[in-house]
Amino acid sequence: MSDTASDTVTDISAIKLSNAQIAWRAAQDIEDGAYVNLGIGFPEMVAKFQPEGKQAIFHTENGVLDFGEAPKPGEEDWDCINAGKKAITIKPGTAFFHHADSFAMVRGGHLDVAILGAYEIAQNGDLANWSTGKGGVPAVGGAMDLVQSAKRVAVLTDHVTKKGAPKLVASCSLPLTGVGCVTRIYTSLAVVDVEGGKFVLREKIPAISFDELQALTGAPLHVEGEVGDLICPEL
Amino acid sequence: MDKTIASAAEAVSAIPDGATVMIGGFGGSGAPIELIHALIDHGAKDLTVVNNNAGNGHVGLAALIEQKRVKKLICSFPRSADPRVFTEAYLAGEIELEIVPQGTLAERIRAGGAGIPAFYTATSYGTELAEGKPTEEFEGKHYVRERWLKADFALIKAELADPHGNLTYRMAARNFNPVMAMAATHTIAQASKIVPLGGIDPEHVITPGIFVGSVVEVAKPAQEEELNRAEAVYP
Repeated sequence: MSDTASDTVTDISAIKLSNAQIAWRAAQDIEDGAYVNLGIGFPEMVAKFQPEGKQAIFHTENGVLDFGEAPKPGEEDWDCINAGKKAITIKPGTAFFHHADSFAMVRGGHLDVAILGAYEIAQNGDLANWSTGKGGVPAVGGAMDLVQSAKRVAVLTDHVTKKGAPKLVASCSLPLTGVGCVTRIYTSLAVVDVEGGKFVLREKIPAISFDELQALTGAPLHVEGEVGDLICPEL
Repeated sequence: MDKTIASAAEAVSAIPDGATVMIGGFGGSGAPIELIHALIDHGAKDLTVVNNNAGNGHVGLAALIEQKRVKKLICSFPRSADPRVFTEAYLAGEIELEIVPQGTLAERIRAGGAGIPAFYTATSYGTELAEGKPTEEFEGKHYVRERWLKADFALIKAELADPHGNLTYRMAARNFNPVMAMAATHTIAQASKIVPLGGIDPEHVITPGIFVGSVVEVAKPAQEEELNRAEAVYP
């Protein structure tokens, strides 16, 4: 796809969901009692949009389960941080453990959901999110562990790049983080599942037509049953 | 038997040039800053260092790199709030980098400590980090063979120690410290307090003393995050 893909729609930026709204939508799917790992950055917002009555337990790679919110500035304890190196707090139910146990939770398939960002997602579920392949300093962290072993791997992303090129593609051009691992994609325009090696459209924002959405997607969007309206609150 | 050493300087004095040294911590949490600074003062060079990160600012591991003592770094995520020291050394070709997914890094270290030469993990299958490594299929899923990781010395940070080397940790500062303690020929632990035998409830021992060679008391240890906020530089 060319960088001019966005020309097919008058103004994507005016109708697309914000990052907070994408995070809100993802949060609606997390069931009560799920063990969830949130990637550094924008996926961390998912924690604050948990629906009433559903309480997920959050895991962070550096060895904490069920942590509390960020402390007030000046009250940080730098022994108590998350994988993004941000200060967190403990609360009743918090558990600490070492790194091998932390990744046994991941590798052993004990995590229900991992939620991450992406550069590219292929229709077979391949994910590229760790390297732009352009040199510089490579850094992978825990992403490769999480995507291969969590029961479900959800991606939060803009539907297209800043230049308007599709991020949902036929096959990834960037270095892979994992093979066939993504199960659901929450984008700024749609909710798309990866099933049987293809993209299946589950929801789209009402302001965009199927054809417009397809033009912004680098592989065929399949429809199986009804496509729901993707409607999020103003956040 | 008393593994207590009087000073950090004495504790690290046997580390030779060319040694492989595991350094505990995840970012600044659990990083044995005083032992690292003592290692800088001691002067050993051409070190291979194993750490999750690559230092932050100009203290701790970053200072060790800035003093050009590190020949090779094995880590998962060589980025931080201020990664300039490592980045410049790496881009100048002064330091070799082996990137290892975080869970694989933890498990390689654990395997080294447990006498398991290799193991299989789904992590990194199909990615460039698996290139050249044997793979095998188990129950329909692909796995990559990874080797153990061992060290000559480990520098770790504990909360309480007793003269036998039994250790506890504080909050998320536990991270890589217990597995590194297992994987080194000689583990040096700095502890905020050394208590008499019996001063740690046996139910609370996280690292049994068999894994620890030396303990040195460092009361009120520095936190990397606080040093960096004060723009500290070592030496």
